Amino acid sequence: MLDVPDWPGHLPGQHVDVRLTAEDGYRAQRSYSIASAWPHPEGKVELTVQRLDDGEVSPYLTDTVEAGDRIELRGPVGGWFVWRDQQPAPVLLIGGGSGVVPLMAMVRARAMAGTKQPFRLIYSVRTPEDLLYADELRRRVRDDAGLDVHYVYTRKTPDNWPAPPKRIDVAALNTYGWPPDFAPDCFVCGPTTFVETAADILVALGHDPRRIRTERFGGTS
Amino acid sequence: MGIISRGFGGRRRESVPGLPPGQYLTHDFPVLSAGPTPRIPLDRWRFTVTTETGDKTSWNWTEFQALPAEDVTVDIHCVTKWSKLGSTWRGVSLDTLLADVESAADYTMVHSFGGYTTNVPMEDLLDGKAWVAYKFDGEDLEPEHGGPARLLIPHLYFWKSAKWVNGIQLMPEDEPGFWEAAGYHMYGDPWREQRYQGD
Repeated sequence: MLDVPDWPGHLPGQHVDVRLTAEDGYRAQRSYSIASAWPHPEGKVELTVQRLDDGEVSPYLTDTVEAGDRIELRGPVGGWFVWRDQQPAPVLLIGGGSGVVPLMAMVRARAMAGTKQPFRLIYSVRTPEDLLYADELRRRVRDDAGLDVHYVYTRKTPDNWPAPPKRIDVAALNTYGWPPDFAPDCFVCGPTTFVETAADILVALGHDPRRIRTERFGGTS
Repeated sequence: MGIISRGFGGRRRESVPGLPPGQYLTHDFPVLSAGPTPRIPLDRWRFTVTTETGDKTSWNWTEFQALPAEDVTVDIHCVTKWSKLGSTWRGVSLDTLLADVESAADYTMVHSFGGYTTNVPMEDLLDGKAWVAYKFDGEDLEPEHGGPARLLIPHLYFWKSAKWVNGIQLMPEDEPGFWEAAGYHMYGDPWREQRYQGD
């Protein structure tokens, strides 16, 4: 959670560049998705950072930074992978791992705006323990009318889950996504292979490629 | 601003000569696209140069493959901060593609299958600075990396190297393309760190 003086506000889906400078002048910068909606009740900007063991920036942000430290930010950045609450179309969000972060900002922004577009999130995650925002999502599904969430577990499912672990596939998107006739705006975010797979399936199911927006991070291909 | 990040810098990436400011080295080849990957059958592939007066010059895949090609080894720099050094490509130089085109245009809009656009000044396409590439690392360029063919302009941030390229429109005035209209820099020089508008 960051207090950012003079923050101009942002659209859900945008990111910031974090720039770190060591005492000897060495610098590194990385992009992180904004998890919070704007306006925010406490005027804060929330980032969710996945710690990469061999990273140089994420372990610093997750392990070293303490409340009160100052961080150099640039942003908000990005004008394509964004949802605007005036868009009337239903929305299909498909997130893999920490790719759920900018999608969560959209879910929060919809609640903040009090709009009624049907929202559906398909969230692929390795195990139940890896879920981000688990409690908040449970609460929002109960309280935010028109929002529903379906989980895909790729390594380990919760007890009594009706299906074995599996990767996102045609059946999952066909069963739990909106049908193409519904003409949803689709946002897909996650590792490259996840995004490639999910976006290809959406196109194969008949979704208009122009309505599918993607954001990819990390990984090789 | 120049805030010192207390306790930062204990682990850092090796410093590598040849990296523009703010970039880090990667040995793999990340993918960045705004939407799904289009699959373009070679018998539907066509590349068209359109001048400011509307004259068109175009090549189908067979004709394009018959043009003289060059092998180039270049460093590439993505605005999302990864750089890849010494990547090897094969493609047709824009000098070849524009050789017989009559034009006084100073700017161009590069177009792709799927609707992507990006603007590039004419002088950045000429004199051995840009190619339409169809092989990467000795292999046919994969669709997710822009195959059958993509633009390759290594001296600018890699979003200028449009994937799935299918044409170039020559223009008297500069206009923003897809990412440029969404807040990214009109020119995109990695050595001057021109990532966003205002840099």
